[in-house]
Amino acid sequence: MSTAATTTTNLATMAAQTHGLIATFETPRDLYHAAEQVRDAGYRNWDCITPFPVHGLDKAMGLRRSIVPRISLAGGITGFITGMTMIWWTGQVDYPLTVGGKPLFSPMFAFPVSYELTILFTAFATIGGMLIVNGLPKHYDPVLKYEHIRRGMDDTFFIVIEARDPRFHAANTKALLEKAGGKAITELEA
Amino acid sequence: MAHVEHAASAPAILQEVKPAVLPRAVLVGHGRSFSWITDKICGIIEGKTPAWWWWCFIVACFVASFTVAGLVYLVATGVGVWGHANPVNWAWDIVNFVFWIGIGHAGTLISAILCLLRQKWRTSINRAAEAMTIFAVVCAAIFPVFHVGRIWYAWYLFPIPNSNIIWQNFRSPLEWDVFAVSTYGTVSVLFWYVGLLPDLAVLRDRFYAAGNKFRSFLYGLFALGWRGSNRHWSNYEMAYIILAGISTPLVLSVHTIVSFDFAVSLLPGWHTTIFPPYFVAGAIFSGFGMVLTLMLPLRAVYGLEDLITQYHIDCMCKITLATGTIVGYAYSMEFFIAWYGANPYEGFAFINRAFGHYAWAYWIMITCNVITPQFFWFKSVRNNTALVWVLSIFVNVGMWFERFVIIVTSLARDFLPSSWGYYSPSIVEIFTFFGTFGVFSVLFLLFIRFLPVMPMAELKAVTPQADVHGGHDHH
Repeated sequence: MSTAATTTTNLATMAAQTHGLIATFETPRDLYHAAEQVRDAGYRNWDCITPFPVHGLDKAMGLRRSIVPRISLAGGITGFITGMTMIWWTGQVDYPLTVGGKPLFSPMFAFPVSYELTILFTAFATIGGMLIVNGLPKHYDPVLKYEHIRRGMDDTFFIVIEARDPRFHAANTKALLEKAGGKAITELEA
Repeated sequence: MAHVEHAASAPAILQEVKPAVLPRAVLVGHGRSFSWITDKICGIIEGKTPAWWWWCFIVACFVASFTVAGLVYLVATGVGVWGHANPVNWAWDIVNFVFWIGIGHAGTLISAILCLLRQKWRTSINRAAEAMTIFAVVCAAIFPVFHVGRIWYAWYLFPIPNSNIIWQNFRSPLEWDVFAVSTYGTVSVLFWYVGLLPDLAVLRDRFYAAGNKFRSFLYGLFALGWRGSNRHWSNYEMAYIILAGISTPLVLSVHTIVSFDFAVSLLPGWHTTIFPPYFVAGAIFSGFGMVLTLMLPLRAVYGLEDLITQYHIDCMCKITLATGTIVGYAYSMEFFIAWYGANPYEGFAFINRAFGHYAWAYWIMITCNVITPQFFWFKSVRNNTALVWVLSIFVNVGMWFERFVIIVTSLARDFLPSSWGYYSPSIVEIFTFFGTFGVFSVLFLLFIRFLPVMPMAELKAVTPQADVHGGHDHH
């Protein structure tokens, strides 16, 4: 009996659990100004859903500069060192073989290959870094369960404020979104 | 706010002499809405396969079968089935390789260099141009891989430990080329895929809403769970600009290294320092020729006139004109240096090119590459889409002949008259090359059928209604 009761309570809490609130905006400009208000209200765990990168929205959201370039740089340095080391080791150490009277190793002839590997490794680091920082690939996200999310990939703009944000308060957050011009404010299932 | 402060601190004179407002070219015609763009581009994929697509596809498959048959015959018999013989040991294989690689370069130029230069008109053509790059690299790769003869040893090109224990000769430009072309192919695919990511998410959600769970699953698999989050866009845009930043030196280096295959040798006609810039300009020239050849029919059959506007065609014609003129300059400069360098072998190589046994090829090249683009000076020509298309074909033909002239004339008449020869392609070579147009077309047709031909997210970002600051320029 008591077990059954506990289960019921758990289910009740789970049903009450929300991922957060989602509000709809019709134009990029509405979204931009609303984002500024949410930022100024001090929220941390929130996001904008846009069909394309809206120019200046990063600033309106108070996002810091992406760290992807640092990952790219690390990749590029690794690529260059890999190229130089590979050519030096294969040509001078592992199997020294004089061809055309040229030196066994020289950074001059090793440069084109090292240059290409710099670019190759940078590309992998950039894309890998972007995906890791973004937490992709991701199988499921509560936002994707929202019934109108398809329009967020098309021509509509959303702001999602997550329930895990310390400032999140069902009524106050909803009021904020309404004040900022958000339409159709809905709770997202977790 | 920033604008107000700036205006206040600026000298008073600026208030009086305001710079003229330059009219901005309309990138998306008829003031189309965001959802119009989505519907238009997704509609191509979601609609019924048009009959013309099937006809083209069948013809393309048939043409591609020539390459397959040619290669099977080559592998089964030996590389001797091609017309190569002393002294011309490089011929159509390398001509075709350089030709196809060059075609690809316009795709990277459009996607990377024009992105860095913030040329927003590139958005509508960049996806198809990048696809063209990848398919051109596929066609290009066929030739060097198969010209080694014993294809099953092609992996010797890469530094993989093998039973002979020795390593590749990294002093050779041919080995540099292996790295340049394979890096180019890989980075082009990655760049293309990153660009596709948000659009695949659009298709995922649209197919889901339409009840097509299977296709929704497939697009969803490759969309990696993209959800249009601005926190993601922020990193995404950074990654995209970095990829553009590294693709720019990459595309320049690839054709530079391809030209090293020739320039680093000692053969008269090849051994010149002008080759790297001249090859790069030629590659971009031929690539834009191919972009026009592909995009103009695509625009007509799918009614994409609002997305590929007359302004786009104008821009592409002008780049073709500029690079074609650079190529023409390089031709004359080669002659000048051959005379000025006072090397009799070099001088002979160039006189022989223009007036020797291969003079017919040389003059086809000059006609197509130097004279054809000059028509693009005229607005009436640029406005005549059919004529632009015809001229773009001439550019393609001319650039193929350029590589033929460089490679074959130099080899056929080298230092010793006793070893001189005349090269003609065998029927196998001709069929193999002819078939690559089929291979390219098959891949391109599959692309336009199953993937969005234009980057929807980028197109939406260049529409006037995407500007949150109300139209004035704020860069």
